[in-house]
Amino acid sequence: MTGRRRRPSRDRAVTDTVGAAITQVAREESGRVLALLAARFDDVDLADDCVQDALLQAVETWSTHGVPDNPAAWLYAVSRNRMIDQLRRRAASRRRLAASASELIPESDPRPGTPLVVDDREIGDERLRLILLCCHPALDRETQIALTLRLVGGLSTAEIAAAFLVSESTLAQRIVRAKRKIRDARIPLTIPDDLDGRVGAVLGVLYLIFNEGYLARRSPSSLVRVDLADEAIRLSWQLVDLVPDDGEVRGLLALELFHRARFVTRTDVAGDLVVLEDQDRSLWDATMIDSAREVLGRAVTLPGVGVYRIQALIAAVHMRAATSAETDWPVIVDLYRMLERIDPGPVVALNHAIAVAMVDGPERGLHLLDAIDGLVDYHLWHAARGELLARSGDLGGAVAAFGRALELAENPAERRHLRRRIDQCSPSETDVEE
Amino acid sequence: MQYLLTITVDESVPGPQPGDEGFDEAAAAWAGYGKALAAAGVLIEGASLTPSGSATTVRLTLGHSPTVTDGPYVEAKEQLAGYYRIDAPDLDAALDWAGRIPLPFGVVEVRPVALFAADDGTPTPAQS
Repeated sequence: MTGRRRRPSRDRAVTDTVGAAITQVAREESGRVLALLAARFDDVDLADDCVQDALLQAVETWSTHGVPDNPAAWLYAVSRNRMIDQLRRRAASRRRLAASASELIPESDPRPGTPLVVDDREIGDERLRLILLCCHPALDRETQIALTLRLVGGLSTAEIAAAFLVSESTLAQRIVRAKRKIRDARIPLTIPDDLDGRVGAVLGVLYLIFNEGYLARRSPSSLVRVDLADEAIRLSWQLVDLVPDDGEVRGLLALELFHRARFVTRTDVAGDLVVLEDQDRSLWDATMIDSAREVLGRAVTLPGVGVYRIQALIAAVHMRAATSAETDWPVIVDLYRMLERIDPGPVVALNHAIAVAMVDGPERGLHLLDAIDGLVDYHLWHAARGELLARSGDLGGAVAAFGRALELAENPAERRHLRRRIDQCSPSETDVEE
Repeated sequence: MQYLLTITVDESVPGPQPGDEGFDEAAAAWAGYGKALAAAGVLIEGASLTPSGSATTVRLTLGHSPTVTDGPYVEAKEQLAGYYRIDAPDLDAALDWAGRIPLPFGVVEVRPVALFAADDGTPTPAQS
């Protein structure tokens, strides 16, 4: 870097401090502020606009006057003032409109009597309401994810668009459409009586956000997206606070923490995929694993049984083994069997088959794999067949299976891994070495 | 807020007709549903339609006289069979009512009704 291009370091420091403070307040507080304002004034769309405006204003004000002692309170006060101002303006224009053209007044006047004073000590369940609104089944899955990250997680449209590799305008349109539907169809900002069913949708959304972080199918440059995984974990912690007696919420959080603890070992220095068997277990994040165990320990004492808890238990068995060879595969087979009973599906069957192969040998695993319907276009099914064929000595079959997996895989790190496996199993390669 | 619940069913699987086994139970279920809507004060109106074979479609094109064709506006296995117009506080309430429609299988679309007050105060459909 040339000296000419470098900014004076003091300005850089101020900018960095303000930037970090704004990012933090956006991530940790904007969802709460938005939820509170939306609930008080019954307008999610306007609340979102006002919080975004306040965040923009923070860039200017904080750069000049410094970061306030309580950034969250600042954000709340500025957003609320903006909202009250906007509502007053709307009320005034409605009055003007009413005076000139009474026939144009909408029948459903949005609660004209809403008081404009808010007691900001009353937080209550607003954030849970907002999460449930974002994950409402009347919105499609991609919209649920985008809205959750945007309204609850405080990510900007640009950040979400970058994470999911869609254009910012596409994503912005999707969010605008969703907010319009929330308003026009009157999707309520309420906590439904049947919280179980609705929390399930929220868990599904958080699981998808985490999965995109765990295996970034859409990322051209890396296997994992730490930011998305961490965002899912942060939102899961929030959900645990909001519904502390739901075992599945804690199960999902534990599952995420177990996987997150292994992130650093999932790729090597070249960014290539390292399979679980070959990962350096001494590098796993012990603090996070302890935290995951604690969360899971509480989860299994809560009533019911569910997919997230079982998956977390499976992860816990893997993490407990000091070496890959010490993995307690029979327990894992049992857990997958349980998972197949409560949530049958081809991907669960695939994992079950792999676990069975570890206990009863590759032939038995292959037999189960070949009995699964509906995975012929799933690269991991072919990759698993390749591994089991290689282990049973059928190198030709393994190369063919890895080849098919390579045709279907999208992530570059996974593709490099599959190419390496093809090279390792190719008979010509073996001939050369011999 | 008003919502229109449109009920779409596969006409190739006819429901029980008067005299058939199960007809009385089905009729009682529909009557019960209607009563429940009315008792909750949400029912505005509702109707069951004759099968789509009885439909005639009129297509309007600016500058041309209307064309009239035999059959429903779209050929599909599933066809509009009836509707309810209800007044519900929000979408969740409307979805709850939709989920209680006593059909063994079928599709219910829930759409908010857009209304404007006309000069005499009667609701008329929006021009959109």
